[in-house]
Amino acid sequence: MFLRLVYESFRRQKQRKLLAGIAVMLGVTVATAMIGVATNVGDKIERELRSYGANLVVTPLQDTLDLKIAGVDLKPPGDGAYLNEADLPKIEGIFWQHNILGFAPVLPVPVRVNGRDVTLLGTYFAKPVVYGKTTFTTGVRNTDPWWKVQGAWPDDNSRDVLLGTTLAHDLGRAPGGQIEINGQPYNISGILTSGGEEDRQIVAPLAFAQQVLGKPGAVRRIYVSALTKPEDALARRDPRSLSPEVYDRWYCSPYAASIAYQLQQAIPNSHAEQIRQVSQTEGTILSRIQGLMLLVTLAALFAAVLAVAAAMATAIFERRPEVGLMKALGARNITIATLFFAEAALLAVLAGVVGYFGGSLLARVIGRVIFNSQMEIQPVLFPIVLGIAVLVTFAGSAVAIRRAVKFDPVYALRGEG
Amino acid sequence: MFLRMLWRAATLRKARAAAALLAMVVAAATATAMLNLYVDMQAKMRREFRSYGANIAVVSKGGNPLPADAMNKVTTVLDGQGLAVPFAYAVANTPQGKLVVVAGTEFAKVQKLDTWWSVTQWPEAPQAALLGTRAAESLQVNAGSGNKTFDLVFNGKAIHLTAAGTVSTGADEDSRIYISLNDFEAWTGVAPSTIEVQAYGDPGQIRGVSQKLSAALPGAEVRPIQQVLEGETRVLGKTRSMVFASAVLIVVIAALCVLATLMGWVYDRRRDFAVMKALGASERIITGFLAAESAALGAVGAFIGFALGVGIAIWIGRANFHAPVTPRLNIFLPVLLGSVLVALLASFVPISLLRRAQPANILRGE
Repeated sequence: MFLRLVYESFRRQKQRKLLAGIAVMLGVTVATAMIGVATNVGDKIERELRSYGANLVVTPLQDTLDLKIAGVDLKPPGDGAYLNEADLPKIEGIFWQHNILGFAPVLPVPVRVNGRDVTLLGTYFAKPVVYGKTTFTTGVRNTDPWWKVQGAWPDDNSRDVLLGTTLAHDLGRAPGGQIEINGQPYNISGILTSGGEEDRQIVAPLAFAQQVLGKPGAVRRIYVSALTKPEDALARRDPRSLSPEVYDRWYCSPYAASIAYQLQQAIPNSHAEQIRQVSQTEGTILSRIQGLMLLVTLAALFAAVLAVAAAMATAIFERRPEVGLMKALGARNITIATLFFAEAALLAVLAGVVGYFGGSLLARVIGRVIFNSQMEIQPVLFPIVLGIAVLVTFAGSAVAIRRAVKFDPVYALRGEG
Repeated sequence: MFLRMLWRAATLRKARAAAALLAMVVAAATATAMLNLYVDMQAKMRREFRSYGANIAVVSKGGNPLPADAMNKVTTVLDGQGLAVPFAYAVANTPQGKLVVVAGTEFAKVQKLDTWWSVTQWPEAPQAALLGTRAAESLQVNAGSGNKTFDLVFNGKAIHLTAAGTVSTGADEDSRIYISLNDFEAWTGVAPSTIEVQAYGDPGQIRGVSQKLSAALPGAEVRPIQQVLEGETRVLGKTRSMVFASAVLIVVIAALCVLATLMGWVYDRRRDFAVMKALGASERIITGFLAAESAALGAVGAFIGFALGVGIAIWIGRANFHAPVTPRLNIFLPVLLGSVLVALLASFVPISLLRRAQPANILRGE
């Protein structure tokens, strides 16, 4: 009997349910979309922050001091230690390998061009690096994404070079032309504008630079771009001072410090650290943006809850004559209340399901439009959102039901009130 | 007469009117807070991006230093909307015969511009030095305890320095020794060759400043630091789009909340309008009255909601950005118009229903 009442109520009074249903659906849609966006925003913004380039650097352990002024390296070529190029693939084997977006080895070599001292910087442009069964293409195009090349990028196996824009301007060279390095002519495949010290240097494939230096396999430094977690109190602690469980927690969190530690372990005779200018600031900015999105999500949830509650209250209030009729027929308050609650619950579930899928779709659309990537909606959100929808619908109806059943049925039947 | 009816409508059915007003106020408050945040967020986030340091580099061409008035010209062009720090470099010898790069700069300015420098202690006394961690290790100078003083020689002239602290950045600074510009110039006679500049504003404004500096300093190479500018544009652009999408969603749902509540409120008053109609009021008067009521509700809700929303926005500013969010008064007009519009829309459906019904039926209770 009870179920039939509920069923008939839905079948016959579709219109009345519609507004409340739409309100619940929209509320759930907005709530789901906002929660989806808020949980994903950290990852997405982290990735965008990587457009600032490398945040970690690996140097040889025994290295002597750098002597660099305004991009010109004054260190004698024989001086200092080198890393081994053959160790580079080991970067892909560290615990946080999936957080490594790219790395680029560099080898600065002093050369003579047209009678002046210029630095030739050997590096990878987009070189495939093989580790075990995986191949990973990496180079300055990952770690320095703001570099602009007029012309073409050199092939990593060639002897073509990129000329920094200031140097090219001084020497009057253009892409496709030639440049004499240490007396030999080489092709200029493109002119590089980086906005940094590379504008005054020649950038060449690593193998070429190693050949000029006469040290095959030598690498002076490795720049690494990794997705990291903002620093907190745990991150700043010295790993050697941590107890085993706390050490595990530190090791298994992608702090810049722990990834640097792992890089140091992977590459023999090396020292790795964060490039503070990049890694510190991105931590702060990420925290701010996440904080902002959290507050915005809370505001959205609050508005959604209010909208649903208001719609339910209005819907129930309209049905006071029905309540009056039922009471006049002898129904007890409890029965009436249960009937209305059951209706509300059913409405919430139906509208909530539709709203959930609508919200997921909306979140995906937002993700694709703004970030060009997928937003992941955790499946566990489904029961949570539904549960909240039912709860809010209950709360919204509760006040209205309470007032409705208290009303004298005579007045309700007469239409007053 | 009209105003009296409005007033009575509000006071007689306090509970219902209050509920409707509450819905309106909440909707207007959330809309105001979101819009305020969206407009202000840009300025707030830009301030965060300043932590990346300089966005324009002024470097002298060839091996020559910059002209003596370069710093003055830079300060004039910036006109308070930015920071500029001069750097002078020289390669000096240690008594052990090692080479090290020494830089002269103004420590107070560096502290403001390069906030990521991890410094144990900034030098304050004359002939005090800040050593990069690798330089300190190489020269075996310990700023904390033990061997604190050391000598450096440039072009035959020696200087006696005391290590005040160390700096760690993960970049070139770790291999250098920094002393104050006055000490540096007195010792080496070499003038600054680099000025790091941070101009405030959006990338367009920054490029404009860069061009002005280029014109003011023809002998120097002035270039915007692409790494910093492009990064900021990308991240800020995406964040702004996200906040905008969220703001739209929130405003829509708030409007819906108002719609639901107001429809209920107008429907509730159907008997009053049935009476008016039965007494002979024309449809126009009734519709006008209802519309005016709704509009008045919308306006009052907008006023209160706006004040509340600004308060919420200020709280968010303090809680998240640790900086006050400036209340944008130009948001008020859109919020007011929006509220009145939504209120009118909300009354539209019940009004059309009421118009069609016979007063007798309504008075009878159907």
